[in-house]
Amino acid sequence: MTLVTGQHIGAKAHGPLPRLSSAARRLSSAAQRAVLEGTWFRYLTGTAALLPALALVGIVVLLATKAWPAMVVNGIGFLGRSAWQPGSTYGAAVRTDGVLHPTGSDYGALPLIVGTLASSGLAVLFAVPLSVGAALAVVEKLPRRASQLVGMFLELLAGIPSVVFGLWGTLSFGPVLARDVYPVIARHVPDVPVLRFLRGDPGYGEGLLTAGLVLAVMIVPIVAATTRDLLRQVPDLQKQGAVALGMNDWEVARKVSTRWVRAGIIGASVLGLARALGETMAVAMVSGSLLGTMPLNLYGKMGTVASTIVQQLDGAFSDGTGFEVRTLAELALVLAVITLLTNVGARLLVRKVATTALPVGRGI
Amino acid sequence: MKEPSELVEQPLDLYGRPSWGRRLASVAGWGACGLATMLVAAPLVWVVYGVVARAVPHWHWSVLTTTTSAVGGGLANEVVGTLLITAGVVVLAGTVGVCSGIYLSEYSKGRVGTLLRSCSEVLAGIPSIVLGYVGYIALVIGMHWQFSLLAALITLSVLTVPYIAKTTESALRQVPTAYREGAEALGMSQMRTMTRITLKTAVPGVTTGLLVAVAISLGETAPLLYTAGFSDNVPSLALTHSPVAYLTYAVWTFYNQPSATFQQLSYDAALVLVVLVLVLILASRAVVARSQRYSDVSL
Repeated sequence: MTLVTGQHIGAKAHGPLPRLSSAARRLSSAAQRAVLEGTWFRYLTGTAALLPALALVGIVVLLATKAWPAMVVNGIGFLGRSAWQPGSTYGAAVRTDGVLHPTGSDYGALPLIVGTLASSGLAVLFAVPLSVGAALAVVEKLPRRASQLVGMFLELLAGIPSVVFGLWGTLSFGPVLARDVYPVIARHVPDVPVLRFLRGDPGYGEGLLTAGLVLAVMIVPIVAATTRDLLRQVPDLQKQGAVALGMNDWEVARKVSTRWVRAGIIGASVLGLARALGETMAVAMVSGSLLGTMPLNLYGKMGTVASTIVQQLDGAFSDGTGFEVRTLAELALVLAVITLLTNVGARLLVRKVATTALPVGRGI
Repeated sequence: MKEPSELVEQPLDLYGRPSWGRRLASVAGWGACGLATMLVAAPLVWVVYGVVARAVPHWHWSVLTTTTSAVGGGLANEVVGTLLITAGVVVLAGTVGVCSGIYLSEYSKGRVGTLLRSCSEVLAGIPSIVLGYVGYIALVIGMHWQFSLLAALITLSVLTVPYIAKTTESALRQVPTAYREGAEALGMSQMRTMTRITLKTAVPGVTTGLLVAVAISLGETAPLLYTAGFSDNVPSLALTHSPVAYLTYAVWTFYNQPSATFQQLSYDAALVLVVLVLVLILASRAVVARSQRYSDVSL
């Protein structure tokens, strides 16, 4: 007997308003109250479940309406230009296509987009081999206590705030790199046109490669934890079959386990990439915050979309027409679209849910 | 216990000798993996050492009881602000997230549930600076709240709700259906079943999700920069028109001030943050360990 027309516990619900079935009307009033109580609770939790969707729609609508005038003036070339001129903010404002903006304002996001993609790409390049190697060692080779210790290291790494990583990057890591590592690389790379980007002034440690390395350290926990969970799910039968054929444990790990989770590793890397794309504070502290031009070489200063928004928003209000604020909204929209596409790609590749104790998927 | 490969004799090649090339490859491969593990662990040691080495030699406990002033002072207002924001996020995002997780696991149909879950995941992927920007435009300026606790709480909650909802939903899904069916057989209403049986069994999973929320609100800066502002005073419980200080602001702003006192405050704030994160990790491990011991539901 169903208590409310068409409603079963824990599953499908039909109809806008619940009505007690004829069977239920024969129950005592306390029991009837008990039945309807559940429905009120369902509406409450349903509203709560709807809130993230509403927030998402609200965010997109707000960003789009704020950015639209800037998109009209900056045009599609915004994504391909290298410029960042607020114009003469104390002079008279002009109107282009009906939008008010300072004279001479010229914005282009190309260096920022390139900086974002390059630093995140470098991060993935460094982090994925390290993470896969560490995950293999943890799952296949290390004794239990050591694996738990490494697991705790990963959780701690994931939990440390990004400003602390930025602090470490500009005070310890960056200077060490600039003093000891970059000059060696810059001097010894052959002077070939293709490799010119790796030569030149190594700088003071704030730049593209440093940002890439700091980001790599930050995304290692995600990629390593996901890969570790995936490797744990490789069926024992497969591994035992390989051993029966005479492979030693390294060959089992390389030829069987890694093959089995290949798609998952790609998915984990894309997850890490999505994390690195959205990273703001650590990059703001170690990237050098360049506006309007591309980095000169691999060690040179650069800017990313996220670090530019966080550093320019305060000063953007000195532009009385509000045009710089709107351009930053356009940048935020560009960043949201890039990370959205990356996240969708990642979810399509990683189907299995990670089961770590403290989910390391967010990082800070 | 012997490794599976030790139970099987290594195969011999055509002349009866084991293949040294394969063994060399094995040693090199595991050596590389070991190196990778150390390179993964080393930055953590370096970061923590760097923070501790800069903060501990000049540490004095009055840093936690003095507020920041124009010439230095301490971190009392930042610490109280961080704890206030964290508590508020746990309450706000915890309520919305847990209710959302309950709905998605207990009541949702196929298509609607998938849609809601996808929206939640997309929301989780939006960078925090974008959320901070939208929070600034919509709440601080649009609603005329100025820099305020409520704007910070709402922005951080939007950031955290997807994680809590996902953890709650997966924890609830792992509660055996037999528990729910037994409750229905005994005549319990849905809500009573939910609160007395299902949620109680899923408490460890839900707690883990809430600890993730705490970790996020401890460490986030970008959304708070433009919603919470900064204040030299210990925050009152005023929800609007009153900015709130927080520890990550101290790290972000004070580290390149031309004053050694402020730089020291930045390192002290980093130390407090690292200690809080360590406490959090240990707490979450304790929760998981306790749940494994007493229930037959594994996380």
